[in-house]
Amino acid sequence: MEAAIRIQGLVKSYGDVVAVAGLDLEIARGECFGLLGPNGAGKTTTVEIMEGLNPPTSGAVEILGLRWDRDGEELRTRIGVALQETKLFDRLTVEETLRLFRSFYPPARALSVETLLNEMQLGEKRGAWVQKLSGGQRQRLAVALGIVGDPDVLFLDEPTTGLDPQSRRALWDTVGALRARGKTIVLTTHYMDEAEFLCDRVAVIDHGKRIALGSPAELIDTIGGHHLVELSCEPAQSPEMFADVIGVRSVRAAGDGVVLSIEETHVALPALFSRLAERGIKPTRVVSRTATLDDVFLSLTGRTLRED
Amino acid sequence: MALSDSPLFALSAARIRSFLREPGAVFWTFGFPLLITVALGIAFRNQGPTRFAVAVAEGPRAAAIVATLKQDDAVDVRMLSATEAAAQLRTGAVLVVVDGGTSPTLSELTYAFDPSRPEAPAARRAIDDRLQRGAGRKDVLTATDRVAVARGSRYVDWLVPGLLGMQLLSGALWGTAWNIVTARQRKLLKRLAATPMRRAHYLLSFRVAGLLFVPVQVLILFVFARVAFGVVVHGSSLAVLALSLLASWSFAGLGLLCASRAENTETANGLINVVTLPMYILSGVFFSSARFPAFVQPAVRLLPLSAFNEALRHIVNDGASLASQGFPLAVLVVWGVLSSVVALRLFRWA
Repeated sequence: MEAAIRIQGLVKSYGDVVAVAGLDLEIARGECFGLLGPNGAGKTTTVEIMEGLNPPTSGAVEILGLRWDRDGEELRTRIGVALQETKLFDRLTVEETLRLFRSFYPPARALSVETLLNEMQLGEKRGAWVQKLSGGQRQRLAVALGIVGDPDVLFLDEPTTGLDPQSRRALWDTVGALRARGKTIVLTTHYMDEAEFLCDRVAVIDHGKRIALGSPAELIDTIGGHHLVELSCEPAQSPEMFADVIGVRSVRAAGDGVVLSIEETHVALPALFSRLAERGIKPTRVVSRTATLDDVFLSLTGRTLRED
Repeated sequence: MALSDSPLFALSAARIRSFLREPGAVFWTFGFPLLITVALGIAFRNQGPTRFAVAVAEGPRAAAIVATLKQDDAVDVRMLSATEAAAQLRTGAVLVVVDGGTSPTLSELTYAFDPSRPEAPAARRAIDDRLQRGAGRKDVLTATDRVAVARGSRYVDWLVPGLLGMQLLSGALWGTAWNIVTARQRKLLKRLAATPMRRAHYLLSFRVAGLLFVPVQVLILFVFARVAFGVVVHGSSLAVLALSLLASWSFAGLGLLCASRAENTETANGLINVVTLPMYILSGVFFSSARFPAFVQPAVRLLPLSAFNEALRHIVNDGASLASQGFPLAVLVVWGVLSSVVALRLFRWA
């Protein structure tokens, strides 16, 4: 695969605080790549270094075969950016804002205002002041400004943070459409469902380091099964009680119960219930669900993504 | 490429639209200076011959003293108890307190006044003359008064150019620094820095917007001052406009400097005040900077607002030409260039 972005040994420190602690990444052209991690993991710093907004302390960053110290001007015309929560000109309309940003790009590259309004479903709001837009509309405008120069790589930093569920889905559809058109997209998120829905591959970042890399399905495989069973019993049991049940790949303690990773539900569940019956253990709560990237993060770090 | 597609045009249009859609900003730029002009013009309007407020302390001769002073139109006299008279003297409600003493015959007078009040010594002399004559003193010379007001010599004539200077300084600083720092705080600067926008275009857009606002400010203030107070521009109106544009450009450099590093509007606010407040006092907006000691005068003349006020007053009040104002023009150019160069070196986008 041809690399759109190549990062080697990236380090960024602010005095004693290390935000990015030696990161290697290779992102292919046409790929939708997710940087997943909790708040403060170093995602935004990493993305801002890729966007040329923040110089790295050390390490090599190559975007489309170009480097920020040498080819800044060309790079800025070839990438698109939606920062985390940018506030635009409050009292310009959507259309005026698009025209303004459009003026910065070579006319041959820039998408027409009509195209952008249609693609981002902002046609009805073209005459509305930015100040009056809802969170979702504002975020769609931010993405529209990201693609106004028809970029080869689009960076989206936490594109759906703070949006209601409906606006999130709408934005996912928009990003999905860009991905389907073959754009290289790099997005950061701390929502695992967002990464699973949108990303071809995900790098899990924690404390400025990459702790896992792969497609969402591959990462979920690493925890030993796609299905999880959350089980609480009377009396309470330790994980060892279920470690040898047929079909159970791993068990860990969680709260007052245990969580079992299961390969095949139809094999493991009957075996699990016969174990409970044999030992006279009364199950008080049984939940079977599909594993998520949150479970991956939890198994890697012992913490959930939502914790800071 | 159409003009409206050029980035500098688009950025300037964005700036002007944002400004015109912010009623508060429009008021502070165009309306507020008019209110100040009205207030000061009324407070310092010429009222014909000055009248002095004088109190006579109660006593056996007080009524006679009041009667004598009432013959003088320039004296506004009242009889008060000694305590009340002292209180009014302290607050400046009266300039002089006359005390005829306790003797029933008028032989001694005491004048209480504060010589640091500009009009008090004159008031003391005027009432003393009146009382001495009333007691029989004869003048040996015959004197006649003829009123002669020179053109442009009233306080309001002197004040209006200074108000324009203050307005241009504050407009350029707030218009540049406040907007830039707000954009930095809102991460808009960072967002713009991630586009291929030429950074000079962004900074220039503030000056383009200024070029459009300045003529409006100049026109409104001078038309108003003409209609309301009869302030006449004795020099060329074009010279006034050209000087104002140069000053606004120069002041915007200071705004850029204030905005180059400030992370938030609180810091920017402080920096703008540090720059503007000393100049409002030192550069002769409300009172002449000639009141400051001689050794600071050369330094005061080097301030950009002093330079503008000096040149504008010569043009407006004395009818001087722009070409004759070489020194103040040079001061404005140097400030504009130096502040812009330093600001661009310090400027932080992300």
